[in-house]
Amino acid sequence: MIDSPFSQGKSILHSLDPRVKILVVSLYSFLTAVEKRPVVLLYASFLPVILFFLSRLRIREVVKRMLPVNGFVLLLWLFLPFSFPGEKIFTLGPLVATREGILYCLILTWKSNLIFLTTLLLLSTSPIFHLVHALHHLRLPSRLVQLFYFTYRYIPVVHREYTRLSQAAKIRGFQPGNNLHTYRSTGYLVGMLILRAYERSQRIYQAMLARGFQGTFWTLHHFQWRKADSLAGVIFFLYFLGLCYLKWL
Amino acid sequence: MNIPVIELAGISIAFPGRGKVLSDLDFSLYAGEKVGIKGTNGSGKTTLLHVMMGLIKPDAGVIKIFGRERKEEKDFREVRRHIGLLFQDSDDQLFSPTVEEDIAFGPLNLRKSREEVRRIVEEMCTLLGIENLRDRFSHTLSHGEKRLVALATILAMEPRVLLLDEPTTALDEKTTRRIEELLVSQKQLTYCIVSHDMNFLGKVSEKLYILEKGRLEG
Repeated sequence: MIDSPFSQGKSILHSLDPRVKILVVSLYSFLTAVEKRPVVLLYASFLPVILFFLSRLRIREVVKRMLPVNGFVLLLWLFLPFSFPGEKIFTLGPLVATREGILYCLILTWKSNLIFLTTLLLLSTSPIFHLVHALHHLRLPSRLVQLFYFTYRYIPVVHREYTRLSQAAKIRGFQPGNNLHTYRSTGYLVGMLILRAYERSQRIYQAMLARGFQGTFWTLHHFQWRKADSLAGVIFFLYFLGLCYLKWL
Repeated sequence: MNIPVIELAGISIAFPGRGKVLSDLDFSLYAGEKVGIKGTNGSGKTTLLHVMMGLIKPDAGVIKIFGRERKEEKDFREVRRHIGLLFQDSDDQLFSPTVEEDIAFGPLNLRKSREEVRRIVEEMCTLLGIENLRDRFSHTLSHGEKRLVALATILAMEPRVLLLDEPTTALDEKTTRRIEELLVSQKQLTYCIVSHDMNFLGKVSEKLYILEKGRLEG
């Protein structure tokens, strides 16, 4: 159910230390999210474009992953152009679309795509457990990291349980419809899933205790910080310096 | 006189909605013994093993392991270093991203050096014939593969005693045979297996108990 085809490649981007990637994504997302001026956003747009070429991913696949995000963005377009005071562009019944509203929407669309694209290109090119280890190394609270990791690890298990339950319902002739019986049965199913997930979490914890777990995750593979990572770090740093310069000077 | 490695006396435990699961149960396991416990579904087999590991606290009774009484979580930490428990559902046991890291989890918790852990991983993979699974993601393994990997994660702790909870449930004959052979070939192993598979128990155990009405019958 979960596959991560992007993480399998062999580009420069794939071999970059995940710690660098996480830091770059965080910094970039923050700086871009609080920016409004097109000039700065134009400069910010260079990063994902360059990353895309470095990643050697297929444009089709990348665009496919961008679609869901833009679904949300589309929702914004339904409301925001009409909710800003300013110069009138066109009217739709009682609603007035303003120049300010449309510009705001444009900037928002631009920003969210930049942030998402950068995150996608940097993070999905690392296997999940490298990211998890990197988060540990970046001193994130280990509970948060574990929560993130276990969510990832057990989604397929919960999904399999869901499939089993819904198949069990089907073979006994269950047909969803718009009626009380459907709602009640679906409620049972969801309740059962939560219950089972809870019980499983208890068993997993016991299994961990049984193997000597005392609160710390030790990792077998350690990252090797290479010269290339330092170099990449310097390049990213200079890039961000430029971004900050444009932003505040 | 030889002291039993695991000794339970007068263990009772009840669960809400299930009533008394174990009642005044006595059990001893000596070093080198290969014990099988047969019981029907819901007879308390899993509970019994979890009591030995300190994962469930009994309502009454005394647990002595390696000659010392164990009461609190703290006492059981040492126990868990030396007793390996194989869970019924391997999905509960395998939580690391790759097979290799799952096998390393226990030894790393014991603070073994990385070189040593690598050696152990190597050994376990060879012992169970799962070298080809090393880099696989745990959740993409088949049922039988998961069971073998789970067994490897337990053996990687180099336990003095093995507790196996229904090790052959839902396994094909080939994998069952592999586990059988492994258990029989490791002469020095001490273990206690609970199962309802009489055929399997007969092959791997030298002493057989039946768990019924919360007590063990010889």
